[in-house]
Order: sequence, then C-alpha cells, then structure tokens
Amino acid sequence: MTATTIIKQLTVAKTGNEAMADAMRQVNPDVVAAYPITPATEIAQIFSSFVADGMVTTDMVTVESEHSAMSATIGAAAAGARAMTATASQGLMLMAEMLPIAAALRLPIVMPEVNRAISGPINIHCDHSDTMFCRDAGWLQIFSENAQEAYDNVLQAVKIAEDPRVHLPALVTTDGFIISHGMETIKILPDDEAKSFVGEYKPNYSLLNHEKPITVGSIDLQNYYFEHRIPMIEAMKTAKDIIKQVGREYGEKYGRFYDLIEQYKIDDAEVALICLGSTAGTAKDVVDALRTKGQKVGLIKIRVFRPFPVEDLAAALRNLRAAAVFDRSDSLSGYGGPVFTEVCSALFNSENKPKIVNYIYGLGGRDIDIHTIEAVYDRLNKLKDAQDTGEIVSYLGVRK
Amino acid sequence: MATLKELAAQEEKFVGGHTSCAGCGYPNIFRLSLAAIKDPVVVVGATGCCEVNTSIFPYTSWKVPFLHSAFENSAATCSGVEAAYQSLVKSGKAKDENFRFVAFGGDGGTYDIGLQSLSGAMERGHDLLYICYDNGAYMNTGIQRSGATPRYANTTTAPVGKVKPGKLQKKKDLAKIMVGHNVPYVAQTIAGNWKDLTNKVEKAMSIRGPKFIVVLATCPLGWATKTQDTVKLTQMAVDSCFWPLYEVENGKYKLSYDPKDKKIPLAEWLKLQGRFKHLFKPGNENLLAEIQAEVDQDWADLKALCDFHSQKV
Amino acid sequence: MTFTAGNYTGKLTVTELPEGGIWTEPGSSLMRKTGDWKTLQPVWDGQKCISCLTCWAYCPDSCFKTEKVLNEKTGKEDVKNRGIDLDHCKGCGICAAVCPPKVAAITMEKAR
Repeated sequence: MTATTIIKQLTVAKTGNEAMADAMRQVNPDVVAAYPITPATEIAQIFSSFVADGMVTTDMVTVESEHSAMSATIGAAAAGARAMTATASQGLMLMAEMLPIAAALRLPIVMPEVNRAISGPINIHCDHSDTMFCRDAGWLQIFSENAQEAYDNVLQAVKIAEDPRVHLPALVTTDGFIISHGMETIKILPDDEAKSFVGEYKPNYSLLNHEKPITVGSIDLQNYYFEHRIPMIEAMKTAKDIIKQVGREYGEKYGRFYDLIEQYKIDDAEVALICLGSTAGTAKDVVDALRTKGQKVGLIKIRVFRPFPVEDLAAALRNLRAAAVFDRSDSLSGYGGPVFTEVCSALFNSENKPKIVNYIYGLGGRDIDIHTIEAVYDRLNKLKDAQDTGEIVSYLGVRK
Repeated sequence: MATLKELAAQEEKFVGGHTSCAGCGYPNIFRLSLAAIKDPVVVVGATGCCEVNTSIFPYTSWKVPFLHSAFENSAATCSGVEAAYQSLVKSGKAKDENFRFVAFGGDGGTYDIGLQSLSGAMERGHDLLYICYDNGAYMNTGIQRSGATPRYANTTTAPVGKVKPGKLQKKKDLAKIMVGHNVPYVAQTIAGNWKDLTNKVEKAMSIRGPKFIVVLATCPLGWATKTQDTVKLTQMAVDSCFWPLYEVENGKYKLSYDPKDKKIPLAEWLKLQGRFKHLFKPGNENLLAEIQAEVDQDWADLKALCDFHSQKV
Repeated sequence: MTFTAGNYTGKLTVTELPEGGIWTEPGSSLMRKTGDWKTLQPVWDGQKCISCLTCWAYCPDSCFKTEKVLNEKTGKEDVKNRGIDLDHCKGCGICAAVCPPKVAAITMEKAR
C-alpha cells in the first residue's frame, strides 16, 4: 500500500483517557456500566457527557461498584448487547471474580483499563500489578505505549474480541497518569470510518429470545467442566492470528501497523530490552542515542501479553546475546516479575537463547529515566561476553 | 388476579427433574411467580440452591431464558440484561416484545453478600423484580447462619452448645431496608400461600420500575422439619405473626392478612422445627418468652404503621 | 445437532458443545428421573379428586398433570387434575398434606 491510499484522519490533542473515551464514542456500545476509580475515572466521566449530549445511543448504567459494573456488563452482553466498562487497580481487583466468568461465557466485552499499583499500601500511580494480577482470567490483554496506541487499540480490540473465532473479552491498558493524563497529539479516524472498521456486532447467543430460551451459566460437574474450558484455551491461541490480521488491516487503512510484539532496531542487535507500555517510548530514545554511538542495541515491546506471544518472542530473541526484561510489577514469587518468567519459559525450548536478566522498576509510579535505561544497556553490553550472568533479578531505583 | 385454574392452565416455565431435596420450599416460588407473569421474561439467578439444583449441565429446569453469573450479583447482572433490552429496543436492534426481568436470590445472596448489588439496582430504577427466597440460612453450603437466620435458631456456624443457644442476633428486616430505597413496590409473602404470592407478583409486574418481594420458604433439611409440613410451616409463620404478609406501595404499608383471634403462640410454630428444639428444654423458658415478646412488639408496630397509612387525611 | 436422551450421558465432546457453556434445550431436566429417590409415594384417587389444584400449586417437582377441558354445563374452560408424574415425584408428601381433608384424594404409601 502506498501512503496515498491511507484514509485521511483528524489530528487532535487528547489525553489517554480522552482518546479511549473517544474511541468508545465511535464504537457506540449498547451498554456501558462503570464506576469511578483513579486514574480511569475520566473515561466513564467523558463518556457520560457523550450520553448526556446524545452523541451515542448507549444505555449508561452507573453502578455502585466495579463488581456490579462487570456483572451488569456480563448481563448486557449475554442479552446480545455490545457492552463495555472501564476501570483500574482496585476496581479491577474487585471485578476479579467476574473476569473469568465473562471469558467462560465467551462474551466479547472490551474494557479500557488504566494501569495503577494495587494496595497496599494504597497508591494511585502507575505500575502493572493490577493487570498482571488478572493475567490468567481469560481476557486478551493489550498494552499501549501512548495515547495514539490507546485509541487504536480500543478500536482493534472490539473487532478482535467480537471475531467469531475469538469471542473473548479484552482489556486495553494505558499507564496511569503517564498516558491517561498526558496530553498528546494523536490522529483519530472519521466517525463513519471507525464504525465501519469495528463493524456490526452479531452476538453468538442472546437471552432475549423467548421462542428459543437458553440457559446461560450452568453448573458443570466433573463430566463437563474440562470440555467447557478447552474452547476458551483454543480461542486464546487462535486470537494471535486474528490480532495480527486486524493489526495489519488497521495499518493498511490508517497507516499505523500493529502486531503482537513490536521489534525496534532488533535485526542486527546483540542486546535488547523487553518491556510493556509507556516505558517503550522512553527506551526507544535510549536505543537511538546508543545506536549513534555504534552500539548494537534494540528493543522488544510486548504489545499483547494475553495471548502470550511465545513464538514471536522466541524468534525475535533468537539472535540476541543478552536481554533484560523490564517488569513494572513483582510476582512476589521470590523470582522476579511475571513478564520475566514468561519470557524465559518462551525460550526454554529454543536452541539459541540470550542470557536474560530481570529488572523490576517503577512500582507505585516511581519514575524511570533515560540514564537508568542506559545503565541497563551498559550492563547488557558487558553481559553478552561474560561467563557469569550475575544477579538475575534486580530492582531499579530503590533506596536500600 | 389469576385463579389457580388460570395459573395451572399454562405451560410450566419451570419443570421437574431438578435436584432440590424432597419437600423443598423454594421451587414452587419459581413455578408460581413465573405462572403469574404473562409477558416474555428473562430470569437471573444467584448461586445457591436455586442455581445448582436447576441447571446442572446439560440439565436445565428453566423453560424461559435463564442466566446465572455469580453469587452476590443477581441484581446487578439482571440490571445489565434490562439495560441491554432497553438500549437494543431504543436503537431498533431488538423488537419491543414487552420483555420483563426477574432476579432470584436466596437469603444469603440477598440479605448478606448481595445486599449492595441489590441496593444499587433498586436505587438505579431498573424495571426488574427481585424475588428473595428466604429459608433463613446458607442451606446450600450446609446450614450456616445468615443475616436472615432467626434468633436462637440452630445452625452449623452458630450452633447450640453448652453456653450458646444458637444464633444470638435478631433477623434483619429486609423488606424495611428495601422500603428505604423509595421503590414503588415492596412485599413480604410466603411460599405456602399461592394466592398471596401470585397476587403480589402480578401486582409487581403491573408496575414499571424496581420491585422487591421477599418470600419465606421452608427448608426441611435446615429447619429439621418433616417434608410434608413444608406448606403448613410457612402458613404458621404467618399465623404466629413471626412473618406477617404485607405490601408497601409507594411507601404506604398495607397488611395483606391479619390472623386476629387465630393468632397462634410462636412456640407452636417453633416446636415443629428441629432447629429450635433446644428452646423447649427446661431452663430455656426465658428465651422462648423473649422471642415471643419480640414478635408481639414487631407485630404491634407493623399494625400501627399499616393503620397509620390507611387513615384518610 | 439435536439433543436427545442419549446426549445426557456426559459424553458430549468439545466440538459438540455450544459455545460459552450455554444449553439450548429448555426443560431438559425432565430427562433426569428424580422419582427413584422416593421411599413413600402418593396415590391419587381420580374419583375423589375435585380438581381444586392445591396439590398442583405446592408440588415442588411440578408433578401434577393438568388438562384443559370444556365444562359442558357452564360452557367455560376448566382445568382438571390428571394425576401424578411419578417419574419425578420425590415422595415428599406435600400433596397429601395440602389435599382438603374432606376430599382426601391423595394418600401416601410405601414406594414400589
């Protein structure tokens, strides 16, 4: 495709929250049920003004908790509606019981979620411990690097989740305050274009059919539970291809291509950093600066954490000699963060694999700067020829 | 209001083959309530006996659309179904078929863990009817005490022991809590009075907006009662004035039935139930007297309230 | 696929199951014969029964079969009691207990 075929878009200044709310406006869900929580409050708040001004036809259910937000969203989706909500941190934790139920009922609910540390101590700032806590809930998890991606990811998530080959709920995350409240210049699609891209929602089943009444949410005993879990697992695997297809289609139409992972200057790189979310933006600047000094450094950004891009990561890491996995949460397992352990498991059966170390950083909104990232690349450059890996899991920027 | 013949003339919307115990008190609440609703209906059920007995995959006793998602959230889940219907009709994606919405929950799922979800749904004004089947304990998990367990009942988590006479606290007054939500219709009834139950469901369904009905239901297992006494037991709860039949329309209390000189001593009702057996042992007379006095006071208060509301200004 | 009694043996495979764990055959619990639980069983005397349907109202297992008939005297529709579905009756005895004493059309006896 040439640049001339790319559909014209509007350039606007928006925060991450505004960008996601605007994507929701264009999606025009049938039902939104939401509850306020910092730093995601604005998403539902801005969306409420769209409802109040008649810019959407959505029925807005202002529930009394996030548990009820997810419950009402599940009820709405089971009734055949396109349903959404938005949350963060403790809100996601309160929803936790309902998340696997949405997945098991195969309801393609899309939820913008703003990454924020989980209590305790209570903290309103960014880390990934909330999203990581829910990583095995059967939800697709798409991380955004900036407000532009947050916008693009919401539109794509609707199309991916509603694809009959997927039919799984999806979380689209931004980093709390860093993206959610940071103003950026972004491009948004014309309304009719966004509408046609996500398409019309055709539910697989609906409670609103009295001629063919269905029972939804049965209890399974030993004889059916396992068989009911397998299709969800298969759909999660299939989702990888669908995410790639949708990301390619989006790129061809609108000029911004998306994949499961983003490889930045990896082709000839010897060492690389692996991270999620907004840190990728900062790290790209460091890569550029070090490249001018002749260092063969690169970056791998994991855009989609669920499904976990095992094959893509194994291939991308194959020719590296050392890599550092950045985790913005600690699994409290005594062995680093969840991204680290999963990246390691992706490589375990590979012939060629780099030395891998883990850095836990930025908990509770602790800032990460270019000097710190530079220091990590310095270590990787030494590590690539070293005999001993040294400390496997390190903590960045902590006063010890 | 429908006659029994009219109710029975319809096709059953809730059928047998479910796994509730013999003589269980709640299934006929479902049967009769649904028989009293003429329009298409979606039922949302909370986890508990209601759900685990009626929908063991691939068996279902429901012949109407039925949704269960979790324990504490049948009201919130139902509110989402209702919101979806309103939205889909408004945008022309679904036909207006006058769909109605009913959420069921047991006393544990309503008085306790689901109270917040229920409160929110009632306050938001969804067009749904919440029906609580109240058998006064967590029967599904094995008779643990709930906020609905009557004082001095024996349960597995507030058992009768050498120093404790069962549950020490008084039963919560859920209907009154719901009245505090300023909803158009709240009612209290029993599973053992088909006419009162179906009349109240019919009346509730004639009203748009949030409605709440709490229905006392016998649990032969948890109450330690004879299976054939299931119907009689809830009737005696009414005749003893432990569980008066009343309704509250737009905040105005109205008694549905006054036993007057047929009012029976509470002990007559209690002595048929194994969960109150210890109250009839020598030395516990004061406990019996205490709860009799409590029932008498509550009954007098309710009557006074109903009398006050019936006065023409 | 259509669901028949043969499907209720716990043998459906992953590919045969509807998506999302839903079930599409309303009232399928009738496939489960809970009638074999009972130790006592009700015996209904159609001669004595006045079709007041109190037993129908209170049966927890929906076991009373009814039939719509035309009342020849009044010309109006009537509903008659047509007896008990013993396949699902658990023998609780509620029906015998609620049958009006003057009618006494239902008695309990040892289950066969």
